[in-house]
Amino acid sequence: MSMSESTNFFSRAQGSVEVAARFAELHPPLEKTAAVIEALRCLYCFDAPCAAACPTHIDVPKFIKKIASGNLEGSARTILDANILGASCARACPVQVLCEGACVMHRYNKQPIEIGRLQRFATDALHASGAPLPFSPGADTGRRVALIGGGPASLACAAELRRRGVRAAIFDARPLPGGLNTYGIAEYKLPLAESLREIDLLAQLGVEFHFETVVDAAKLAELDASYDAVFLGMGLGGIHKLGVVGEELEGVTNALEFIAGYKSGTIHRAPARVAVIGAGNTAIDAANAAVRLGANEVHMVYRRGSEQMSAFAFEYEHAREVGVKFLWHVMPVGVVGTKQVQGLELAHLETTDDGSLVTRPGENFVLATDLIVLAIGQATHTEFLDRTPVRDGAKVRLERGRIVIDRDTGQTSNPKYFAGGDCVNGGREVVDAVADGKRAGIGIAAWLAGQRANSLEIAGGYDVNA
Amino acid sequence: MSTLETRFAGIKCLNPFWLASGPPTNCGEQIMRAFDAGWGGAVWKTIGTQVTNVSSRYSSIDWNGQKMMGLNNIELISDRPSEVNLREMTEVKRRYPKHVVIASLMVESKREAWHEMVQRAEGAGADGLELNFGCPHGMSERGMGSAVGQVPEYCEQIVGWVKETARTPVIVKLTPNISDIRLPARAAKHAGADALSAINTINSITGIDLDTLEPRPNVDGKSSHGGYCGPAVKPIALNMVQQVMSDPQAVLPMSGIGGIGSWQDAAEYILLGAGTVQVCTAVMHYGYRIVEDMGDGLLAWMRRKGYESLSDFRGLSLLRMCDWKHLNLNFKVVAHIDESKCIGCELCYTACWDGAHQCIHLDRALAAPDTMRTPAMVAEESSRRISTTPIAKLDLNGGGVQGPYVTPLERIPRVDEEHCVGCNLCSLVCPVPECITMQRVDTGLVPETWAERVAANDGTEVDSAGKCAGR
Repeated sequence: MSMSESTNFFSRAQGSVEVAARFAELHPPLEKTAAVIEALRCLYCFDAPCAAACPTHIDVPKFIKKIASGNLEGSARTILDANILGASCARACPVQVLCEGACVMHRYNKQPIEIGRLQRFATDALHASGAPLPFSPGADTGRRVALIGGGPASLACAAELRRRGVRAAIFDARPLPGGLNTYGIAEYKLPLAESLREIDLLAQLGVEFHFETVVDAAKLAELDASYDAVFLGMGLGGIHKLGVVGEELEGVTNALEFIAGYKSGTIHRAPARVAVIGAGNTAIDAANAAVRLGANEVHMVYRRGSEQMSAFAFEYEHAREVGVKFLWHVMPVGVVGTKQVQGLELAHLETTDDGSLVTRPGENFVLATDLIVLAIGQATHTEFLDRTPVRDGAKVRLERGRIVIDRDTGQTSNPKYFAGGDCVNGGREVVDAVADGKRAGIGIAAWLAGQRANSLEIAGGYDVNA
Repeated sequence: MSTLETRFAGIKCLNPFWLASGPPTNCGEQIMRAFDAGWGGAVWKTIGTQVTNVSSRYSSIDWNGQKMMGLNNIELISDRPSEVNLREMTEVKRRYPKHVVIASLMVESKREAWHEMVQRAEGAGADGLELNFGCPHGMSERGMGSAVGQVPEYCEQIVGWVKETARTPVIVKLTPNISDIRLPARAAKHAGADALSAINTINSITGIDLDTLEPRPNVDGKSSHGGYCGPAVKPIALNMVQQVMSDPQAVLPMSGIGGIGSWQDAAEYILLGAGTVQVCTAVMHYGYRIVEDMGDGLLAWMRRKGYESLSDFRGLSLLRMCDWKHLNLNFKVVAHIDESKCIGCELCYTACWDGAHQCIHLDRALAAPDTMRTPAMVAEESSRRISTTPIAKLDLNGGGVQGPYVTPLERIPRVDEEHCVGCNLCSLVCPVPECITMQRVDTGLVPETWAERVAANDGTEVDSAGKCAGR
């Protein structure tokens, strides 16, 4: 597929009624009166800590005061000006450790302002109004940027580019845009359809989408030759393998496939017994989804104890509330079954004095299970960059598989390449990817403008101060 | 044992809480329910020639989510026949002999008309009369209400007529829609009035419907200025009460009116000399039941303060009001921020920079004090800071340089005490109780007022009248 003739991704959401019913929203929308009352509770801090804590620096008190004053248009514009994916961030952000975690109310009457739900209230109002984004594309500069990956980083970068008159073409391997925003966030937080609705507005800014396009080294070389700059926003690669016997059996999947499956309508039910391996936020999302999809026994399996798990505390609480069970200090050593998974063989682990984990021999046991979901981290997906051309004496420099950038501009060591999101930070939140993409979009436009000024100067007679 | 019982211009009162003349005292049935709820008295909705009212009549302004900070009405005096009102008044007094019923009266400016109405009201059993010289809308266009109250001579003449025949105490209700409320008060006193009540409502337009452009309240697409009341008018009313009560030529027993809804409001009016207080808007908002806490709370406060009766504290704060020229110019306070209570909202900082004297700074985490860093510079620095989602567990401190306090040091403002003028603004905007306090600084100077300074320069004597007591 080439140019995006379709700007109605929303209508292509293949939601299942059954799944929708089982994935009721964790944080329901605020009703209008409640939103105004909550907005009025905001103290309107100066240089507010909530805004500082937000990676995209949304001016939180400003948008909240606009809700209180009834200026919902202005409220949504304030949010989107800082964070073009403000609608999905309102749902997907771990606000407890971001804006709401920083709210001064923790030290006042203890109840932080419900910033996430207020942000959703304002952006929902914009969507409901049917109005376009409150921004227009800048005057065409004639410059073109290829963006690899259609996730939050690229979307945010593309929006900044369009607002500055730079053409933005997104290339993504999937049939729908949004990356993990569309396929990877628990449906009870951010429904797939909502992610698409938001991207529809972006498409109206003139962002081009090229779907089902895998960008490998050869494709990248082609893009390099025909675009003025490249933004790398392809996120991470697949989830790591366990590396144990039986891993290839039917009934072993990974969290990203499992979550994308139920969100896009290919998975409708989970079997009775599910084991999720890992204890990060994605693992929790998978375990919670298994419960909602009908599993009656869901275990999370982790090598260490609850205090070392990388999931946020509130996510852990959520999993416990829905009845997920936890097996701590165990390690999978084999998958039991003939054709179909029947169980997961686990070894007990203990920590030695130097902090390393060793198995306790002779105490292995089998956890009976019908489905094993791996959530033990994602590999990087940057090998194909090895063949990018050398410019100014540099290729795109990597460190442990992650792309190294100048944080202010997103520029890599190859000046024509910029990057942001999970492929840079190793896997953080949507809002971190948006912030990266935004800085890179501004950085690319400035770099292109500088290139143009230079070339005109070289051509002679161009006064940059004119 | 503290008591709320009191006497007002000779009238014995179970408590100082009266319903003001208005919708809550429209009829006998209402007033009897009010007495059952605990009200000590009621001023009957103004009786006079029967009027026709319009629909709609009230409008209000809300503030920050609070309803009816101020209420406005264009309702006239009672639209019931006066004989019905007076018949019910007799019935109320028969059933509630210990409760005070005051007849509010307004008739055309004719001696006979006033004589007749006074006699009828007293015949019905009224304990006292309140002359409505304050109603600012509608009736004033017909030469009554504030049209009388705004002209001291008319005021004096009508009070004189009433006093020719009245046997019960005569209370004159003053309008605030006048440059100097002491002038009609003096006129009333001169003509023999027994008491005053203040204030009536203030001329107002509460707002405009931004869809239809119609001002409120809307009567078939048009509106008319109405009388403003409710919590918003209390400071204005307190000032007017104080002006009258501090004026030897005007002072009389005062029934305070204006924005009263709590025991604190009542205590403040009494501290400025009021004998009773009248309530209308708060009852229109929440019903008669509010009187329970007005009494309960006031008694508890009196017990804490050691006051046995209202007269123990009536007027005490009048002694602490004086002209500006008698204030001590050498008294100095400076703001003090309690770092352990500060939550880091920085409202004091922005208020001081934009609204006061640029004496609060955000430089605690800097190497050296920086009094030149403007709010715009602070905001600009923040906008350039790159932040990411913390991977670690919940961190409620919002980052930043952590000092010995819960709030990061960089977010706790610092007061430049040398330049602080002691204006109070920061302590007023601070949302945390007792976080910012104004602390006295010894200037080492003897007290000196503007009057004294001018006199010293002129070599003339200081007029000691009106000088603050208790200094």
